[in-house]
Amino acid sequence: MRELIVARVRPKGGQTVLSQYAFVGIFAIIAFALPIIGLAMSWLIRPKKPNRAKNATYECGMETIGDTWVQFKAQYYLFALIFVVFDVEAIFIFPWAIAYNKLGLYALVEMVLFVVILFGGLLYAWKKKALEWH
Amino acid sequence: MDYIRNFFVNLAQSWTTWISTGLPPWAVDVVNYLIVGVILVMMPVIATLTLTWMERKVIGRIQNRIGPNRVGPWGIFQAIADAVKMLIKEDIVPDNADKPVFNLAPILIFVGAALLWAVIPFGRNMVGQDLSIGALYVIAIGSITTVAVLMAGWASNNKYALLGAFRVVAQLLSYEIPMVLSMATVVLVVGTMKMGGIVEAQIVPFVLVLPLAFIVYLLAATAETGRAPFDLLEADSEIVAGYFIEYSGLKFGWFYIAEYGNLLAVSAIATTLFLGGWRGPFVSAVPALGPFYFVIKTVVVIFILMWIRGTWPRFRIDQMLGFAWKVLVPASLANLLWVATAQMIPAPTPVKWFLMLIGNVAIIFVALTLLGQAAKRHAAKHGLAGA
Amino acid sequence: MQQIIFILVALGTLGAAVMVVTSQNLMRSALWLILAFFGIAGIFVLLDAEFLAVTQILIYVGAIAMLIVFAIMLTHGMMDPKQPRFNQQWGVVGGFAALLFVILAFLVTRNTWRVVVAAVPPDTIIQLGRDFVGPYVVPFEVASVLLVVAMIGAIIVARERE
Repeated sequence: MRELIVARVRPKGGQTVLSQYAFVGIFAIIAFALPIIGLAMSWLIRPKKPNRAKNATYECGMETIGDTWVQFKAQYYLFALIFVVFDVEAIFIFPWAIAYNKLGLYALVEMVLFVVILFGGLLYAWKKKALEWH
Repeated sequence: MDYIRNFFVNLAQSWTTWISTGLPPWAVDVVNYLIVGVILVMMPVIATLTLTWMERKVIGRIQNRIGPNRVGPWGIFQAIADAVKMLIKEDIVPDNADKPVFNLAPILIFVGAALLWAVIPFGRNMVGQDLSIGALYVIAIGSITTVAVLMAGWASNNKYALLGAFRVVAQLLSYEIPMVLSMATVVLVVGTMKMGGIVEAQIVPFVLVLPLAFIVYLLAATAETGRAPFDLLEADSEIVAGYFIEYSGLKFGWFYIAEYGNLLAVSAIATTLFLGGWRGPFVSAVPALGPFYFVIKTVVVIFILMWIRGTWPRFRIDQMLGFAWKVLVPASLANLLWVATAQMIPAPTPVKWFLMLIGNVAIIFVALTLLGQAAKRHAAKHGLAGA
Repeated sequence: MQQIIFILVALGTLGAAVMVVTSQNLMRSALWLILAFFGIAGIFVLLDAEFLAVTQILIYVGAIAMLIVFAIMLTHGMMDPKQPRFNQQWGVVGGFAALLFVILAFLVTRNTWRVVVAAVPPDTIIQLGRDFVGPYVVPFEVASVLLVVAMIGAIIVARERE
């Protein structure tokens, strides 16, 4: 098994990509630590008196009726799917946007084509009432 | 005197030189990261302490009442009183809740609100890290919030929480696209995703070049943070507290802190992208002024958002989702293509920017006209007034 | 140092992946999957591919994981822990899975991977953008068509149900 050797490039700012994300990593650890510390402090201070009524699931002040399972509509799934498609489209747009100033007219034409095709999909969803709720 | 001109950067530099004498270079980096991390992680907390007071005062005044004025002068210690209250409340975990997930959700939602601050530039060279994919990083952190909401709704073992969580996720997903597209428009004009770079490129604040992108961004951001008028999921009369219905005490507190942290972060990003961030008069000569301009502009944006909250009526969920997909997304796409076309024209930059401005205004005009016609048709169909 | 971080991230990802498959509760499997996605994003960062890392989080965690969770919810009875975890065909499927594992292991270990010793250029994203509209423009446009087809297909299937 060979190791993948990648030389680290040091851009002029003097920071490698890894050290930048090391900051993000350390920051994330701190961000996790703060609520945990907060909750620990609260756990020490607060009263702990569980009883049946308090622990029951909330349903507007009454006992729960029926199973805890929701009639799930296909509508949610469709919204999520249309979102996936447009999310991927947005991801394609970003590198194009950054390289745009260095490219020629063909870059514009290709992106117009890309967006128009996806917009056509959106129109189809619109007409078929996939974007309605209820 | 020169030291004070660039006060914050010079302070950081002196500190770094001082600790470098005793530690290897990587340890110096780690110590600096820890300090900056702790400062930035406190931003959502600071946001909650100050913005809750500001909001209650502003909304109070809009509704012709005073707002909190008991705890401290003008009620400024109200938030601390609220924080203490949340700390000492009993933490009730419902019976069949999924305990690890239930406990993880508030932590994760706070992480989502806090991590955003790593890329926001407070001044020249005053960024946590100027990541070369800064703009995308911001949106990616938003996905963490979405996951946390779903976890909260599901782990509560409460069908209303679950229903609320699904609706919130649908709302968050729907408004993420217009937000991403308006950011993409700004990135297109500037040519880099670095947040620091975007501020540097704003010789003219982009709100004057791309007003449509600014408006779309503000509306999408209001929906992303779950504020009015898109807050039907927390509306007390509709679904009680929505996905965090079963949370009490400090766990609820973290949801609350995350909401205001997100509000501050989103306003800060709007300032960075559209209002010129830390730019202002004399800032090249005295870079230490940068953070002050930044704070002032962010407070202005926050005030606008609170103003909107106090005055506009709430949307229904189908109106809200329809608005996102049928109005904001096409408008943003049209804007993106127009800006791309304008950028391609071989003219000096001010001319290009002026063309983009004209295009933006035209799209706003067209969008409002179409909306007006659709509203008329809707009113005629349902026999409402205004037909 | 980098090796240590890589080992940690890789172990985390593999652990999460194992938990995805072995977890009793389907929703918890989905959450472990999200953790595995974050781990993969971490590995991208270690390879200096920051754009891919952010894309991974944005698309996989932000969109596809949500889709998976919604699909889990949509399937009645999926959440029931009393349902049997294996059906009758598990022997055949297990055999195929083992065969696939052997083939993949063979490919990964026997193949001579090209080792790139040159530095990663700092402007990978610009290069990506250039490639989208240059050499790879046909896949770029075909991708948009593919996305629209997927959307239309899902809408048709969902509409039929109602």
